[in-house]
Amino acid sequence: MAKLHVTTKINGEEVEYLCDAQDSMLDVLRGPLGLTGSKEGCGSGDCGACSITVDGRLTCACLMLAAEAEGHDIGTIEGLAQGEKLHPLQEKFIEMAALQCGICTPGVLVAAKALLDRNPDPTETEVRFWLAGNLCRCTGYDKIIRAVMDVAADMRKTVAA
Amino acid sequence: MSDIKYLAPGTIEEAVKAMQAAGGKGFVLAGGTDLLVQMRSGAREPQTIVDVKKIPEMTTIEELPGGGFRIGAAVSGAVIGEHKKLVAAFPGVVEAINLIGSKQVQGRASAGGNLCNSSPAADSVPAMVAAGVTVQIAGPNGRREVPVEKFPTAPGRNCLQPGEIVVSLTLPAPAAGSSDAYLRLIPRTEMDIAVVGIGVSLTLKDGTVTAARVGLGAVAPTVLLVEDAAKALVGSKLDDAALEKAAAACRAACKPINDKRGTIEYRTKISGVLLKRAAKIAAQRASGATVGGTH
Amino acid sequence: MTAQVYKWIGTRPKRPDGADKVTGRARFGADFNMPGQLIGRVLRSPHPHAVIKSIDTSAAAALPGVRAVVTAADFPEQENLIVPAGEMQVNLRDVTRTIMAREKVLYEGHPVAAVAAASEAIAKQALALIKVEYALLPHVIDVEEAMKDGAPILHDHIRTDGVQPVPTKPSNIAKRIENLKGDVAKGFAEAEVVIERKYTTAPVHQAYIEPHACLASAAEDGQVSVWTTTQGHFQVRGFCSRLLQIETSQIRVTPSEIGGGFGGKTVVYLEPVAIRLSQKSGKPVKMVMTREEVFRASGPAPGGAMTVKIGAKKDGRIVAADITIALQAGAFPGSPIGPACWCSMACYDVDNIRVVGFDVVSNRPKVAAYRAPGAPISSFAVESTIDILAQELGMDPIDLRLKNAAMKGTKTHYGPVFDRIGLVECLEAAKNSAHYKSPVKPGHARGIAAGFWFNVGADSSAAAHVGEDGTVTVISGNPDIGGSRASLALMAAEELGVDYDKVRAVIADTHSIGFNFVTGGSRVTFATGMAVVNATKDAIKELRVRAAKIWGVDPEGVVWEGGKARPAGHNVGEFEPLTLAQIAAQAGKTGGPINGHAQLNAQGAGPGFGVHIADVRVDAETGHVVIDRYTAVQDVGTAIHPSYVEGQLQGGAVQGIGWALNEEYIYNAKGHLDNAGFLDYRIPVASDLPMIETILVEVPNPHHPYGVRGVGEVPIVPPLATIANAVARACGTRMTSLPISPPRLSAALDAAPKLAAE
Repeated sequence: MAKLHVTTKINGEEVEYLCDAQDSMLDVLRGPLGLTGSKEGCGSGDCGACSITVDGRLTCACLMLAAEAEGHDIGTIEGLAQGEKLHPLQEKFIEMAALQCGICTPGVLVAAKALLDRNPDPTETEVRFWLAGNLCRCTGYDKIIRAVMDVAADMRKTVAA
Repeated sequence: MSDIKYLAPGTIEEAVKAMQAAGGKGFVLAGGTDLLVQMRSGAREPQTIVDVKKIPEMTTIEELPGGGFRIGAAVSGAVIGEHKKLVAAFPGVVEAINLIGSKQVQGRASAGGNLCNSSPAADSVPAMVAAGVTVQIAGPNGRREVPVEKFPTAPGRNCLQPGEIVVSLTLPAPAAGSSDAYLRLIPRTEMDIAVVGIGVSLTLKDGTVTAARVGLGAVAPTVLLVEDAAKALVGSKLDDAALEKAAAACRAACKPINDKRGTIEYRTKISGVLLKRAAKIAAQRASGATVGGTH
Repeated sequence: MTAQVYKWIGTRPKRPDGADKVTGRARFGADFNMPGQLIGRVLRSPHPHAVIKSIDTSAAAALPGVRAVVTAADFPEQENLIVPAGEMQVNLRDVTRTIMAREKVLYEGHPVAAVAAASEAIAKQALALIKVEYALLPHVIDVEEAMKDGAPILHDHIRTDGVQPVPTKPSNIAKRIENLKGDVAKGFAEAEVVIERKYTTAPVHQAYIEPHACLASAAEDGQVSVWTTTQGHFQVRGFCSRLLQIETSQIRVTPSEIGGGFGGKTVVYLEPVAIRLSQKSGKPVKMVMTREEVFRASGPAPGGAMTVKIGAKKDGRIVAADITIALQAGAFPGSPIGPACWCSMACYDVDNIRVVGFDVVSNRPKVAAYRAPGAPISSFAVESTIDILAQELGMDPIDLRLKNAAMKGTKTHYGPVFDRIGLVECLEAAKNSAHYKSPVKPGHARGIAAGFWFNVGADSSAAAHVGEDGTVTVISGNPDIGGSRASLALMAAEELGVDYDKVRAVIADTHSIGFNFVTGGSRVTFATGMAVVNATKDAIKELRVRAAKIWGVDPEGVVWEGGKARPAGHNVGEFEPLTLAQIAAQAGKTGGPINGHAQLNAQGAGPGFGVHIADVRVDAETGHVVIDRYTAVQDVGTAIHPSYVEGQLQGGAVQGIGWALNEEYIYNAKGHLDNAGFLDYRIPVASDLPMIETILVEVPNPHHPYGVRGVGEVPIVPPLATIANAVARACGTRMTSLPISPPRLSAALDAAPKLAAE
């Protein structure tokens, strides 16, 4: 069986790759595409470490076939910073120590950005439920939640200014 | 290495043909949040994967004349949750669908997939049973409809015949004074499979229940339509006696198992507890009071 | 709160690995690849207990694309020798049987064979072609079942150690230990109130998000390179050296970034297998566990069964304690029974204490360290009993603990006498906290508990290299799990008197720095921190020598102050101070590169104590527990980087909350683990929790230059009892068995005698 040829956009750039039908998006991102920022913590959609966006919609790369990306727009952690400039969420996570080991961090950041893109003024409860699919075993979530809330507040100020 | 075929047909007919050609080794891919996990664990070994997300009928929500809705079987929970009219008309169905997995899973998982996976603990199914949903099926012999409660036949099994696929789910127009609610019991607050799930749909006139449907999940091999519970509610003003009678009917309907998620005793007890709570929420919604959904 | 005024200690700068970790650039275990690498996979036992009658790998070896197959026959037998593994100890004879089963399989998931193939798909196909003939044996999982006469025996050679006369029959009880202080019978005779209860806790997993992963490349000349996710690359080197009989100088282990360990990554599973596969195939071999393999075959922590009997005077003075603790060791002896016994009563100054412990084998994976190994289990039992005592006496639970609190000079029941410790300060801080002073909301209840962990020191090496421009690289050998690079750089900057951003802390591989014991035991900031301080002092000494040369004075005439070399006094002469950069620029003319080195076996780790407070409410109909407010108080010695110290308290507390409420290994009747995934092994998710408030009490450790005490482990000790105590006060039903999951609490509430309507 010949490999499938897929043309898609990843972090704004057109990308082509070959894959097998059963390859997950995560397999292809981490393998041939070398985008290892998406992590595999479970392979079953239970940990969120491989969070990506597809046409702006949050999902787990392990729950999507690579073949399905044809014609879509994929966003990964590698696309969060713009050139030399970190995304405000990335800046704040470092500043507020919202990471310890860092394995869940890429997924948490992708998920948090997807939240703030939709809801610039989330309550603590909304942030907690939005991020419930991103397991973190190190932080107890406290500093993660605070950082996301802080960034949302900062971004609202920037918009208002 | 791979002998697996991936197909993404643009029409129902092509999808049916592909499934027929696969001869029992074909699997429909909607959100994939069950299928990919099952493929990885070796529980399912497809030879053909039929991705239905390029079929417009399966990926859109249509408002029906009179106030009903037709939801394409592959529409994701996230899209359903953003459909304001659907949320207003069927808050219970939508909250049930939106409880399937994380926000990440919501970005992909569909009510059609949840139904076809045919787990007794599927979150969306009890709510759809309560709402009186019918399932549109397409197959080699054309189209047919079945009530949602008749769709699952056993854990992991359903009434689909070889070559058949679920196209959409029809939510009938709710009568005036109707609303619904879904509640589940999970050990955490998110990310769990329901230990018990219950959907209640009520129609109220002047505070009296005139019609009711109760769907009960995770307490039997398939999701149950608990008619005795509905009967106990109809004609009442949801007084304690009526609620207790309905709760008792739910407990009586349970045929649960002991497993890693709960015991027979616990599931049986909780079915009654959740019936009372869900009925109250549905009633408040039906009488116009806004009641926050549950997580 | 820090008494001494520091420039950098106690500040919160950005961690040096921050940008890498928020961009996805940081490379974790599974992110290493080499050209031409093969994929290794492990065949695991489907049975909890069976004799391996035969293994036929011929069909697998013949499959195209398969380059190597290994079984136990490829690993030499090991002697009966106990060696340290993190905070625990392991027997090499058992370690080789953990990486690859020999005579028997002892748990579901026990490795039986492994293959290396051109792709993962081929490797999986190959595993299916390996034929293993088993003779099934009866199994036992539960610790109390395993101790019974007639239980299936795992190891015929085990005779219970610590029992006289030496038993003649094999037993699953590998060891009995006893700590005795005073006269327990006499103590109880004086007691006016005696509380006795039996407790159990479920086995749990460390549940780090990153699965075990490594890449090994063995060259034809015998040299081996390994990249792996580990808490201790020197331990990986040591184990691989012994298990494969390769000299340590031939094995270079480079640690990846590590995606959590909590004790579970202080042992080896994949590395020796990957090396052996690489040796046999001549290719690099990459191995990554699936999440299911992580649960079935790595890590876990024991379940426990305990009885606690405590006697007190009516004024709250505890006069006697008699405690029995039995812990599951898993397939091989070596549960953390020692620490469990020692920590049980360490918070209290009591004259008469007896603690008896049993190390018990059963058919589940050999346990590994998990954050304060053993302590949360025994502490749950003791702190629950103390809470019952407080209720019985009508005393405030903090006051009761203050009345009995250990302090400087307290002789513990396991021997040592405490130096300066901060338990009293923690109890007082808890009592004075905004949380404890706030009224308990209607429908809620408040629980508290204390906890203790020794903290360890041990071996560390470090170097400080001064660059040509005067910036400094600090090199050590402990993987950074939660921000330790930042803490090490802060101490070096403080010592040097230069800005934090002029100091870069890096973690070197096993060939590039001297030996460092594991990242574990809450030892890195303490012990490796001390090595870094000493290495920095060593570099400063050389800087003074160079300044002396430049000035033409005696080195004794030069002092290092505020980041500059200065004349020690007017009699030395008048010289403009020399900065690090100025001295570095002239290094070539004054004697060459300027470096400092240090190695030590750190003694005097300051014991750590914590007190936690939780407000909970219980859904009486469903048994669901909601935590409304949570505060962790801890004596942290000196908080070098307070944000990461708070993070340790918060993360530890939440792991303990998971242990209390929902986490458990669930075995079915066949001895199979029924919940080997994050779906049904339920670690806390963000929506389960409130913010975790922290109060950092700073009682500096007199044995560290900056007063550091380990902080990482104490915070997992109090939460189990804190939650159980709050639940007991919320619903009147005391849960003596963990987890307090909704079905269990609901059943307990239904079984409890109904209280008269209030």
